[in-house]
Amino acid sequence: MTLPLYDNGIISGLFAGLLFGYALESGGLGSPRKLTAQFTLKDWTVFKVMFTAVLVAATGLWLAEAAGIIAPKSVYIPTAYMWGTSLGGLAIGAGFAIGGYCPGTSAAGFASGRLDAAVFMGGMVIGIWIFSAAFDLLEPVYNAAPGPQGQTLAELFGVPAIVVIVALAVMAAIGWAVAVRLEARNGGPLSYEDVADGLGDSDTGAAETGAYRPHEAV
Amino acid sequence: MSALSRTQARPYWHPLAAGGMLGLALLATFLFTGHGLGSSGFFARFTAWLWDLIAPASAAANAYLGPYLNGPVLNSWITWQVIGVMLGALVSALSSGRFRLGVEGGSSLPRSSRLVWALIGGILVGFGSRIARGCTSGVGLSGGATLAVGGFLFLICFFAAGFAVTAFSRRLWQ
Repeated sequence: MTLPLYDNGIISGLFAGLLFGYALESGGLGSPRKLTAQFTLKDWTVFKVMFTAVLVAATGLWLAEAAGIIAPKSVYIPTAYMWGTSLGGLAIGAGFAIGGYCPGTSAAGFASGRLDAAVFMGGMVIGIWIFSAAFDLLEPVYNAAPGPQGQTLAELFGVPAIVVIVALAVMAAIGWAVAVRLEARNGGPLSYEDVADGLGDSDTGAAETGAYRPHEAV
Repeated sequence: MSALSRTQARPYWHPLAAGGMLGLALLATFLFTGHGLGSSGFFARFTAWLWDLIAPASAAANAYLGPYLNGPVLNSWITWQVIGVMLGALVSALSSGRFRLGVEGGSSLPRSSRLVWALIGGILVGFGSRIARGCTSGVGLSGGATLAVGGFLFLICFFAAGFAVTAFSRRLWQ
């Protein structure tokens, strides 16, 4: 048996998605307030979960390649487009900060009962349609300044992949230590109770101002 | 209701546990399929399908989404994967007592405003996911795991914009 299997069937997709969605919801990444608290420095769950996942998968891929289980470059590696990748990253970061989700987390949020995630998904369809309708105008930017096909950081810096992985792990560990201090200072991270019942004063706030209670039943 | 959920709901996992499971799921996906996890590809296919349903002629003529309609537009690996994400999150939320139907947003923000901002944020994210050729899952997470330059370029821009915009938008979540 050679890996990857390149199995892109229904069961393969459902199974990969099941694990993905289960991990996202379990970590609290279906909650838009927990997700956006990353950017108020109160809750670093996005950073922690993402870097842990990247390092676990990157290490696994490196081991699989070192052991000869998979051939080098046998998995898909996205190519950097200086304009497309940067502008898209900026737009998604901005949309995440005001809308509360990215595409995968909106699916997890919706499936855990959040109706705002359904509205967000409707917005995504509109945004994709706008991009497509304006594609003739956008195409030069979309295709501008491509980097080398499937280039990795190891190739960019001319070092073995394991050096990049160790460097990323060191940076993640430093980031994690800083994160824990900032979370403690800012009263985070958010627990499920915080997410479900709102911040401390939301009960009185809701009564006095007529504002709704976060995640209230409809 | 809230007293009930306080006692019945289980806490979120430690980020190391959630990230570890996500990393193993991502690794397994690479070994089985040859590529990583994604999300926005499904929404692009869904948009092509919907456009075809409403205005088939202009959908087919579109330079970007038109080619999706040459093959099975919805019956694709990424569709089944996103259905799987929803099923996985549903099972996790139900089994932990964290499923709750409602709208989540800042406690001082009216619900109608929350939904308007969700729509605007969704439009930006949908647009961004096409010009970046993927989203936080496909380019950021999966690209990052392959150590792709593009994955880290995406993540740096994503975090930079998130912090910059939150300087103005933080009241939406308070």
